[in-house]
Amino acid sequence: MTVETPATVPQSPRLTTRLRDARTSVALLLLAIAAITPVAAPALGQPFYVDVTARIMIWAIAATSLNLILGYGGMVSFGHAVYLGIAGYTVGILAFDNITNGFIQWPLALLICGLIALVFGAISLRTKGVYFIMITLAFAQMLFFLGISVEKYGSDDGLLIFTRSEFDFGFAELDLSDATTLYYVIWILLIGSVYLSHRIVNSRFGMVIQGAMANETRMQAIGVPTYRYRLTAFVISGMMCGVAGLLSANFERFISPDVMNWPRSGELIVMVVLGGMGTLFGPILGSVAFLLLSEILSTWTEHWHLIFGPFLVLVVLFARGGLSGILDRLTGRADR
Amino acid sequence: MNFILLAEQFLNGIQLGLLLFLLSAGLTLVFGIMDLVNLAHGSLYMIGAFFAATFTALTGSFVIGVLLALPATLVAGIVIEVTVLRTLYTRNHLDHVLATFGLILFFNELVRVVWGPAGLSIPLPGVLDGSVSLVLGITYPLYRLVIIIVSLAVAVGLYLLVTRTRIGMLIRAGASNRTMAGALGVNIQRLFTLVFGLGAALAGLAGMMIAPVTQASIGMGEQILILAFVVIVIGGIGSIRGALVGALLIGIIDTMGRSFLDVILLIFLPPNAAETAGPALSSMMIYILMALVLAIRPQGLFPPRGQ
Amino acid sequence: MTEPLLAVRGLCKSFGGIAATDNVDLDITPGEIHAIIGPNGAGKTTLINVLSGLLPSDAGTIHFDHANITRASAPARCRRGLARSFQITSIFRNVSALDNVALAVQSAAGHSFRLWRPARRDPALRGPARALLERVGLADRATVMAGNLAHGEQRQLEIAIVLATRPKMLLLDEPMAGMGIEESERLLHFLRELKEQYTMLLIEHDMDAVFALADRITVLVYGRVIATGTPQEIRANPDVRRAYLGDEAAA
Repeated sequence: MTVETPATVPQSPRLTTRLRDARTSVALLLLAIAAITPVAAPALGQPFYVDVTARIMIWAIAATSLNLILGYGGMVSFGHAVYLGIAGYTVGILAFDNITNGFIQWPLALLICGLIALVFGAISLRTKGVYFIMITLAFAQMLFFLGISVEKYGSDDGLLIFTRSEFDFGFAELDLSDATTLYYVIWILLIGSVYLSHRIVNSRFGMVIQGAMANETRMQAIGVPTYRYRLTAFVISGMMCGVAGLLSANFERFISPDVMNWPRSGELIVMVVLGGMGTLFGPILGSVAFLLLSEILSTWTEHWHLIFGPFLVLVVLFARGGLSGILDRLTGRADR
Repeated sequence: MNFILLAEQFLNGIQLGLLLFLLSAGLTLVFGIMDLVNLAHGSLYMIGAFFAATFTALTGSFVIGVLLALPATLVAGIVIEVTVLRTLYTRNHLDHVLATFGLILFFNELVRVVWGPAGLSIPLPGVLDGSVSLVLGITYPLYRLVIIIVSLAVAVGLYLLVTRTRIGMLIRAGASNRTMAGALGVNIQRLFTLVFGLGAALAGLAGMMIAPVTQASIGMGEQILILAFVVIVIGGIGSIRGALVGALLIGIIDTMGRSFLDVILLIFLPPNAAETAGPALSSMMIYILMALVLAIRPQGLFPPRGQ
Repeated sequence: MTEPLLAVRGLCKSFGGIAATDNVDLDITPGEIHAIIGPNGAGKTTLINVLSGLLPSDAGTIHFDHANITRASAPARCRRGLARSFQITSIFRNVSALDNVALAVQSAAGHSFRLWRPARRDPALRGPARALLERVGLADRATVMAGNLAHGEQRQLEIAIVLATRPKMLLLDEPMAGMGIEESERLLHFLRELKEQYTMLLIEHDMDAVFALADRITVLVYGRVIATGTPQEIRANPDVRRAYLGDEAAA
């Protein structure tokens, strides 16, 4: 009988720390740039970039929420954009019916997101693999078509939102109609989402979610009923994505079924994977990369999908670990 | 609800179901045998339609157009398999989703560049235009009847291919046990290419046949692809029989629901509510059906044996 | 005779008409090491899979520690104290050895709906996990990623994981598979030590180990029990000699 030689992969803690630092510093740098953009961009004569940054941040929140279940839990939800629509429509419909109080709008939007995620998750998490992908997609399309069929709220033309959510604290008022205020609310909520993810991922709950992704059978055999933990993660993730949805509705003053159409869900997956799945700041890197890339490519040619489609295929075939992976490799090489 | 309308819509449902079957059959085989999530299957449906439109315009004959477009779509499918998908078989589902999502973006844009953004309509040849009288005073558009007959013929052919031929035996072996098929000395690579090409041609055929009714347009593939997903989830991934049953079920329920649900709802609801709830509910019905099936049988109605 | 800790009656499991577990009766008394032996394909691993709840049984009953667990889920059985190891090492490969054990400690400590405090800094998890790693002799390998441990070390780690669930009884599926002679020897001693504390059902190919360790042995052939008894009785049993040790005896 031969004894297998131990696979001694050198574990240099200094190197791994530095790699993690590289990713973190880039993300923190980006957040810092975002913090000064409302001042800096107009000063540089590019006020246009304030809106671009706000949109990127909203998508970053959505991508962060997807990363929680996709990156850390291995749940390939192909219908995640549906929660953008649910929260957005809650805000839009309430505003349409003249309920503009944010203290009602926002909690209600998140509650509905949570409930729908609970129902969708309870059914789809009973399945695995391909089934799960297709069912999450189908459920999202169901609500997309529902949005299209309801004429009262604009069908596929969408719904204009005339008044943004109003927060009256009595002693003070949070005025989201002021673009800069809304911008910083978005900025803070992005940081909040990342921090919440950080806490969840490293908690006991997070250990279970990641363990269930790595080895489901072992998890069951050490006594953990994985389904209920996955479902909880699914609900949290849906609600977090709802935050992005209600921010988007407020920012654009518009909601349409298109925000939950399947390509949006696909793009969210692209952002998470581009940025590096299962890394805390990956979704930020990914959404910046995706949206800037599409911005730049579309200034070259209106047919930018002709370049972006094959680019995606190439990323899948050759660039493992997404942008973060590339960043790791670059810094890793620089270290050697 | 009069009987003639009911019968007509029922036939429409069967027609949609059979088209869905052509799309789902290839999809479910690719899932079952190669374990590959191919979102770009709908692109082949679209490409088939555009090929048919072009060849029809060039030759002046819809039938010749289709006969030329079929092998063209088959070749397109094989090219996709050889250049991109082949390397994906060993990857995980997420990689499949990403890469084939990229393919969809690419093909939709390619079609936009080549054929323009507006879409193409295909004129029906005079012979196929018009209606026929069926039994009991039902008249039905001749062309839709042709779609039904052709699809049925293809379905029977597919059934015979899978159950009666050596290739079919290999396909079934591959669907239920890939390693076993490999152990039997089957050239898996070639089998995969063949199955994929076959699936592509079937999807293309569906696109070609529907194009004269709707027109060939960008994005037509994704709409029906999601329906096909629902079909194979309900039917059970890898099962052709499941795909047939699921497709007919979805086709009939979706068509009938859209036409009659508001009438049915009128029985229970006041007219106002029924008018709003009707379209909303009918657009959701097949998904609710899917949820019900899954809640009871997570593996679908006909899970393939041996897994 | 004391009441058995695990009592199995008429247990059946078949795959596509082929019986892998065929009407099995089994009694495991508290404190014993009970070995299951049998030729390849006898259905030993299937039996453990059914006992641990990873596969549903077709017929029969399983009682464990005064409770009917025939329909209980795998996690529920584990929480009742029935823990298992796998023939092919089943660990969390992409985290450290210590993380592996800490996760099992966490599972035994109650529900994991704790979403805020960092688990990796929780002394209530790390302490017991470290102690268990020390017990299986992996204390100095705690920070190594589990997938990078040597094969034998991974087997040890899996036992630490199993023990971390605070079991009453262990189902061990070929714990010595793929181990070197020295490692097997060490594990043998360790299992003997564990005997003080745990009841064990053991599948093992290494006959020397089985006859050295087991209090009683059950012989499984084509999913059916053909004999149960002490090592001496099994050695002397003519049926067993014919069906299993047969080729040796015939030669």
